Amino acid sequence: MANKPTPLEVRNIKKRFGDTEVLKGLSLEAQKGDVITLIGASGSGKSTFLRCMNLLEQPDDGDLIVHGEPIRFKVTKHGREPADWKQVVQMRAKLSMVFQSFNLWAHMTLLENIIEAPIHVLGKPKKEAIEHAHALLERVGLSARANAYPAQMSGGQQQRGAIARALAMDPEVMLFDEPTSALDPELVGDVLKVMRDLADEGRTMVVVTHEMSFARDVSSKVIYLHQGLVEEAGAPAEVLGNPQSPRLKQFLAPKY
Amino acid sequence: MLDLQGYGPRLIEGAGVTLQLAVLSLILAIVLGLLTATAKMSRNWLLHRTATVYTTVIRGVPDLVLMMLLFFGGQIGVNAISDMLYDNYNIDIYINFNAFAAGVITIGFIFGAYMGETFRGAFMAVDNGQIEAGKAYGMSSALVFRRIRFPQMMRHALPGLSNNWMVLLKTTALVSVIGLTDMVRVAAEASRATHEPFVFLLPVAAVYLLIASVSEWIFVRLQKRYDIGFGGQ
Repeated sequence: MANKPTPLEVRNIKKRFGDTEVLKGLSLEAQKGDVITLIGASGSGKSTFLRCMNLLEQPDDGDLIVHGEPIRFKVTKHGREPADWKQVVQMRAKLSMVFQSFNLWAHMTLLENIIEAPIHVLGKPKKEAIEHAHALLERVGLSARANAYPAQMSGGQQQRGAIARALAMDPEVMLFDEPTSALDPELVGDVLKVMRDLADEGRTMVVVTHEMSFARDVSSKVIYLHQGLVEEAGAPAEVLGNPQSPRLKQFLAPKY
Repeated sequence: MLDLQGYGPRLIEGAGVTLQLAVLSLILAIVLGLLTATAKMSRNWLLHRTATVYTTVIRGVPDLVLMMLLFFGGQIGVNAISDMLYDNYNIDIYINFNAFAAGVITIGFIFGAYMGETFRGAFMAVDNGQIEAGKAYGMSSALVFRRIRFPQMMRHALPGLSNNWMVLLKTTALVSVIGLTDMVRVAAEASRATHEPFVFLLPVAAVYLLIASVSEWIFVRLQKRYDIGFGGQ
């Protein structure tokens, strides 16, 4: 069998906002089936790092290689930009993102949200997209809410719906940006369970999270960021079970 | 019974002119408004500057002055072009700068500037997360605009849009100064000739009211349509 290209590879990503350098050279490689969690305090750059992976933020430096294809950049007077936005659009269709605030499209029903990108971006026939959507809704336990608008759903339902929307793209890699941080505590479990099932079925995922139990139990690799640099990285048992740096020890210690 | 003393058909014709003028101007104004809003939100310096000059000039000069400037200026411009064509290429054409077109263009340009501000505010009211979700799912800018930004912007734009439309409708009455026979001009002419102003002006007022009421009904329906999913506000 031929070598399959690495789903996602980022090298030496740097990003500054004004005078503050928030990412000081971060790299990551997600092989098929990897579940990589990014942890760190607020302001450590973990969400910005994730957003650089699908270019919702433009990194000032560094390489991004999706499914073996390097993204081309050029330097303009506004800074570094992708050289070919078409390439970026195609790249993004291979990476689905799940947001902290869900961001389901408010003017569409849940079902419409799920079939939107498969139809208009991937060019899937509508009938097929709808069938697939119903199967995904069943998976995330939302079959009954197919025709509900996001505003009529709880946060947990919206986030599971958003995960169904992400799955509908059949993505190479799923990016999760603090998917449970905006949820009431009693709703977090359902979302984490869905994510865990995805990990078990071999989905490649990069997850920014504060849920240490998820990081410990589900991920194949944990990266601890501090002020835009990798402070510690490795298997969850090592990083979380036997932290080396004082900062990570403090980060993991009970807060009260 | 209302005796229009033979002016009836001309009044109806005039009402048709008013309505066509208003609708075509509205379409032009919406297109220009969307372009202006986009230009004003663009980071391109020249686009931004052009749009700002456009809205400042249009909103700062009386409609009537603009209309005459464009109509007379437009004819001079068209004449200059046809002269140039004749002198240089021996092409002999005479273009009459049409008063109707001049009316549509002026009113469209005037209200494009107001619409630009309405649309800009409405675009800025759309939650950025909605747009980011579109981008993150591989949508091109054009697709994000068509499927997300535009439909979500409209619910914020409609109140201002409907207001602009009502003012636009009444502004069409100004075109009589450039020689267009809209219903106000017919009514004014008939009033002078018959010395019975109310007989002609009251029906004209009623027609404006009728158009306004029908449009209000349409706008209420549009608002309902674009409010779907936003918790019945």
